[in-house]
This record gives sequence, structure tokens and C-alpha cells, in this order.
Amino acid sequence: MASLWTDYIWPLLVIVAQSVLLLVVLLVAIAYVLYADRKIWAAVQLRRGPNVVGPWGLLQSFADLLKFILKEPIIPAGANKGVFLLAPLVSCGLALAAWAVIPVDAGWVISDINVGVLYIFAISSLGVYGIIMGGWASNSKYPFLAALRSAAQMVSYEVSIGFVMITVLLCAGSLNLGDIVEAQASSGLGRLLGAPWLTMLNWYWIPLFPMFVIFFISALAETNRPPFDLVEAESELVAGFMVEYGSTPYMLFMLGEYVAIATMCAMTTILFLGGWLPPLAVAPFTWVPGIVWFTLKVLLVFFMFALVKAFVPRYRYDQLMRLGWKVFLPISLAMVAIVAGVLQLTGWAPAPQ
Amino acid sequence: MNALLQEYLPLVIFTGISLAMGLALLVAPFIVAYRQPDPEKLSAYECGFNAFDDARMKFDVRFYLVAIIFIIFDLEVAFLFPWAITFGQLGVFGFWSMMVFLAVLTVGFIYEWKKGALEWD
Repeated sequence: MASLWTDYIWPLLVIVAQSVLLLVVLLVAIAYVLYADRKIWAAVQLRRGPNVVGPWGLLQSFADLLKFILKEPIIPAGANKGVFLLAPLVSCGLALAAWAVIPVDAGWVISDINVGVLYIFAISSLGVYGIIMGGWASNSKYPFLAALRSAAQMVSYEVSIGFVMITVLLCAGSLNLGDIVEAQASSGLGRLLGAPWLTMLNWYWIPLFPMFVIFFISALAETNRPPFDLVEAESELVAGFMVEYGSTPYMLFMLGEYVAIATMCAMTTILFLGGWLPPLAVAPFTWVPGIVWFTLKVLLVFFMFALVKAFVPRYRYDQLMRLGWKVFLPISLAMVAIVAGVLQLTGWAPAPQ
Repeated sequence: MNALLQEYLPLVIFTGISLAMGLALLVAPFIVAYRQPDPEKLSAYECGFNAFDDARMKFDVRFYLVAIIFIIFDLEVAFLFPWAITFGQLGVFGFWSMMVFLAVLTVGFIYEWKKGALEWD
């Protein structure tokens, strides 16, 4: 009986507590990321943004949540009701599930699996199902067309994201996200220059700079952020695949989208910006806990996401497909060969464990 | 607990809890919100018109084409994953065999491009 308690029930309770803690922190963070997104967008356009609910509008996202819950939920008469309601749940649930493998500090991860990158890749591929299901089940023209467009867009950029991940894996030699971060601490440009305390130079964003840029832009396209938000191009497709949605089903789609954006920011941080590592491995920087550095880096990447949304006009659909298939795919394919070639010639490839 | 369970059980629990949270939010308005449906409110949106015909209509074959090309390249990426993480142990032979594989796929890619499979107009 005692072994049942120590072997199963107690670890189970710990896992549940950790999961709930991460989810709550993540969702509150998303609420403020949404607020930050609107504030940055407003600031670029010389507006004030949300400033009424709470001091400086800080409680805006929570007011929105309350409003969504109190709104009348509508299921169109022609819709397939089951699939119609399942779609937002799938969208949001899958987006959140990706966070199970993301390490926010050394060892601070819900599930430390050795195929972390593959898991993230699979989960972000599945994200397209929520959109397809929503668009098809609505039984309305605009959602249907938007869902098709979105599926084609997401799979197009999925390919270049895959190749970018391959180049990072060539350098790191592991699929575990924690190990990829550690690999950026132990070797790299800083070491080669004889300055191991310059950890900033060790991170993969310098040697793999073209891939960093491609990953960032593909992440924008993958999460349907402007300038690639053709899924909900208001001037053509009203609100895209979400036309028929209202109340919390709509909110779950938006939540899923923002969680996916946060996941992509976290992935950029882990793959290219050294995860929880401090930028300089000297005294005042190393005192700061890793989670603070991780959060700061994720927020920096998100700040870039928000600025792109505010600055850049929307792409046309054929330009979008051209960029994905004729520019990013050849470049990233060539970069896989080049990175592998350089590692082979110089012998910098990670040694077998 | 054995090693496999230790690694993957948290994943299942985390996904379960996030789905439960989503479900709670999804069900909430059906319980608390005011509902008064009528036929106009529940009809599909079509810029104020009545729907002209079935919404699940024919669509451009290019979407299929993109999906098929995607499958080829995604499989290619799937082949690259195990090669990439064992790259340090494979040596020259492993390097060149993958380069030949990539070259074959590049020939296919050039063919697609020349055939116009990547054009949208």
C-alpha cells in the first residue's frame, strides 16, 4: 500500500500540480501578451489602445473573457454540430499541448521526452485540423474558402520550418529541447574566439542567421499572423474560417492562435537564442534565474511579432505561396546541405555520446 | 514507475488538463448565456443574401497539388531527422548518401517548378 502511494499516487499528484501551474501561468501570460499586442499596435498608429478597464487597461483581457462567456452561443442551422464545436476545442487543446515539452529553465519541463522537437513539429502540423474542421463544418462559403487557403498556407511553411529545425539538429545532435539549449552553452562561436563567457555568440542565431530569419518569417505564416493573415483577410473573406463562430468557440480559436504564437516565440528562443542561458556568463548576469532570461527572450521575440503586425501590409495569396515554395524552400534545402558540408569538413559535428 | 511512463504520462496528463480547460470554456456560455435562436440568426452568413447554392462547392485543383507536394517534402524532412541527430557518428559515407538522396529530390523539385505546379495566378 505504501509503495502504491510513493510509486504512483504522489508522483501523479505532483504532475497534475505542475501541469495546472504551468497552464495557469501560461494563460495569464497570454492575457497580457494579448494586451501588449494591442498596445503596441495602437502605439505604432499613435492611438491609446485599451485604457479603460483597470489601471492603464490592464484588466482588458479579463473583461473580454467575461464578455465572451456571457455572449449568446450560435450554432448555424446548416452546420455539422459535433464537428463545429469540436474544432475550437482541437485548436486550443493542441496549441496548449505543445507546452508540455518546452523547458522554461534547466530541468523545468513537464515532460522531458527525448523526441521533443519531433513532438512540437507533429503538434504544430495537427493545428491545421482545427481550422479545416471549423471551415468545413460551418457549411458556409467564406469559412470553407478560408479553411482551404489556410490549410495550403500552413503546410507550405511547415516544410521550411522542418528544414530549419534540421539545420539546428545537425549542430546540436539531439531532439531533446533541453539538450539543444545545453549544446548552445558548451560550444560555438564564443568558444572558438577564445571568450567562453560571451555565451551570446555561442547561440545558433549567429552561425545560422539565414535560418533564424526564415524560421521567424515562417513562424509568422504558420500561426497566421499579419502580414500572412490571409485566412482572415477581412476585405475578401470577412473573418475567414471563424465567420460563423461567436462566444467562447470563437475565443478558443483566438486563444489557440495566441498560444501557438507563444509556442513559436519559445521555439525561436530555444533553437536560436539559447533558451534560459544568460547572454553573458559573468557575475551579475548569472545570478538571474534562467526562467527570467527565458521569459525576457520570449517577450523580445513576441515584440518583434507585434511590430511586424503593425508595420507590414498584407501579402497577396500568390505572393505568399511564391515566397514559401520558390524562395524559402530552395534556400533552406541548400542550407541543410551547406551546414552538413561545413560540419563534415571542419569536424565540428557533435561527437557521439 | 518505469521510464517510459515517467516520460510520457506527464504529457498525457498535461494534454488532458488543457483539453478539460478548453471544454469548460466551450460549455460555459451554453449554461450561463442568454439564448433565443431564430431562423435568421441561425442561417449561414452570405453578405445579407440567402445562400445561393451549396457551400461545399468545387474548388481549385491546386490545393490538392500543394497537399501532394507537401507530403513529399514532409516525408523528406522525416527522413532527415534521424540522420541529423546521428550526424557526428555517420562519417563521410553517411554524409554523401544523404546528399545523393537530397539531389534526387532536388531534381524532382526542379521538375515541379518547370511544370508550373508551384504557380498561382
